[in-house]
Amino acid sequence: MAQTKFIKKESLSAWLEELGQAHTVLAPRFEGDSIIFRPYDSEKGVFIDREATAPPKKAIFPQSETLLEYSQIKDMENLTKIAIDVKETIPTTTYVVFGGRPCDARGFTMFDRVYLDGDQVDVYYKARRENTCFITLTCEKGETTCFCNAVGSGPSDPDGSDLLITPVTDGYYIECVSTKGEGLLASSLLTDGSSMEGEATKYKQAADASMNEAPDFTGSPEKLLAVFDNGPFWEEMSDKCISCGACTYLCPTCYCFNITDEANGLKGTRIRSWDNCMSSMFTSEASGHNPRPAKANRLKNRVGHKFSYYPDIHGGVISCCGCGRCIKSCPVGVDIREMVKSAIAFVDPTAKEVPAEEPKAAPTEKPAPKETSVKAENTSAKAKKNKKSKKPASKKKGAK
Amino acid sequence: MTSNPYLPAMATIQEVIEETPTIKTFRVTLNNPQIKKDFNFGPGQVGQLSAFGIGEATFVINSPPTRMDYLQFSVMKTGEVTSMLHTLSAGDQIGVRAPLGNAFPYEDMKGKDIVFVGGGIGMAPLRTLLLFMLDNRKDYGKITLLYGARSPVDMAFSYELPEWLERDDLDTHLTIDAEFEGWEHNVGLIPNVLLDINPSPENCVAVTCGPPIMIKFTVQALAKLGFKDEQIYTTLEKRMKCGIGICGRCNIGTSYVCQDGPVYTYAQLKELPNEM
Repeated sequence: MAQTKFIKKESLSAWLEELGQAHTVLAPRFEGDSIIFRPYDSEKGVFIDREATAPPKKAIFPQSETLLEYSQIKDMENLTKIAIDVKETIPTTTYVVFGGRPCDARGFTMFDRVYLDGDQVDVYYKARRENTCFITLTCEKGETTCFCNAVGSGPSDPDGSDLLITPVTDGYYIECVSTKGEGLLASSLLTDGSSMEGEATKYKQAADASMNEAPDFTGSPEKLLAVFDNGPFWEEMSDKCISCGACTYLCPTCYCFNITDEANGLKGTRIRSWDNCMSSMFTSEASGHNPRPAKANRLKNRVGHKFSYYPDIHGGVISCCGCGRCIKSCPVGVDIREMVKSAIAFVDPTAKEVPAEEPKAAPTEKPAPKETSVKAENTSAKAKKNKKSKKPASKKKGAK
Repeated sequence: MTSNPYLPAMATIQEVIEETPTIKTFRVTLNNPQIKKDFNFGPGQVGQLSAFGIGEATFVINSPPTRMDYLQFSVMKTGEVTSMLHTLSAGDQIGVRAPLGNAFPYEDMKGKDIVFVGGGIGMAPLRTLLLFMLDNRKDYGKITLLYGARSPVDMAFSYELPEWLERDDLDTHLTIDAEFEGWEHNVGLIPNVLLDINPSPENCVAVTCGPPIMIKFTVQALAKLGFKDEQIYTTLEKRMKCGIGICGRCNIGTSYVCQDGPVYTYAQLKELPNEM
């Protein structure tokens, strides 16, 4: 049985101060109209009554971070001869993120599969991940934009967190979820929480019951591939989109980045920064060719990555945590739930009329996707995956 | 590669060859003796070259793994990184992150006839496999090379062409797009010359690389000659940053070109979403 604790509401700030002695504590507070995670400041307090405007993604994946520092050293005997010294800058700061929601913590599990479990470990992410603890707050109730219940999660899901805290009378019930979390429980401000379990369970059940009916995303990987070549479908979906990228910056699961150099005389840094797949530059090649020239192509890839490609590669897990920020903060009202549901519900009208004649309609182009092609797409996706697992093994061995 | 996949190994430029007005070839050696000793790659794998202060860009290692005195990269001047690289000369330092991506399946190609079809700078990834095969000549059947460029001036590796033309165990064809004074070889577009050469698809694989439009018509010509999709190999260009399948920009559906590619059969490409 996992360890449980209780903390009084009025002791919370003292606990955060205590944690702040050894770690940088990030907690949400109001800044203007936004709720943002910032280093905890007892005078400014915390605001945890609503989901924060931006997730605490920066703790583990900063908007911009230095990967390398380099310096060019001139040879004084021969000034044209320059040696280059390159140093890696692995981060060492330890963080405690307080007051994120289950969706926020779950976002990092999407990162983990890509940054930690691939052929190459991302050492910067690994260091930050290991140095960060998440004290996650159970949600009181779902908002209209919440759909964590549609992606295998829920308002009290402990996945990705180290401690889960649930509001109870006069305080919070604390559940230890990981061994990292245990290290945060030494405080004398915490008392035994076992008597609060029943109340916390009721709180969680009420939160579950408050959720909207979950949209059904069953079959999204195959169906999104089936509508891939349907230009009009994606043009309609992306019609409103202005490619601003707010959805990507506010997404707890968006992990794409850019790498750039910044020179300052003979020294400089190589930095990694959040990138935005909705920008046309994201895939623009040196030759001038761009495989995703239009916003329809880019939105298709964004939705496809989260609801088709990622689940195909990672055992069916949808790379979306259902936090709804992309919906809430989209200036033009694009709704990812609706796009995925539309793809799932899509039936090609021409395929319905003359299914047998369909392939002849457009001999030079790939045949338009149709209901009957779903199965074929599905099997080809599987075949591809098998090949994928074989390919690196045979080729990379010799290359190691 | 080091345990930090973003940390380049430092290398020294040994020689710079001016291939064409826009292409320079860099022959580099890794500075650290242990990294140099452990370095191993397959023909077709790529590397990221660092121009410190500007950034990185991806290039194929176009020397073969059978000749490890240096690693060779050919760089066409197109953007900021390549422009900076073009200013470097012998003795200068450069960062190398390599090898990245997959290689041509040279083991599976053993015992087969090989047809290389390269256009312009697209010859670079073919060169590594071609030289690897010439260095293991008895493992492979008849080898045919068709190499084309807009004009003789745009032809890289021109210093190697006389030897390739002379070899009895290599059937070399060169072509340029339009008549040029003193040019003694083919004149015509690569796909048309390929049809004239008329290689048999029997127990044969074709390996092609070049500008997208050339690849498109070369694949059509190969199909006309009876080559099946799985007998045709190509290697793709994509904008890449991390080179290890994380940063998220080079994917075609589920396939990350920097890691799962850049080498694909035409059959594999047809299975992927139509987003070249």
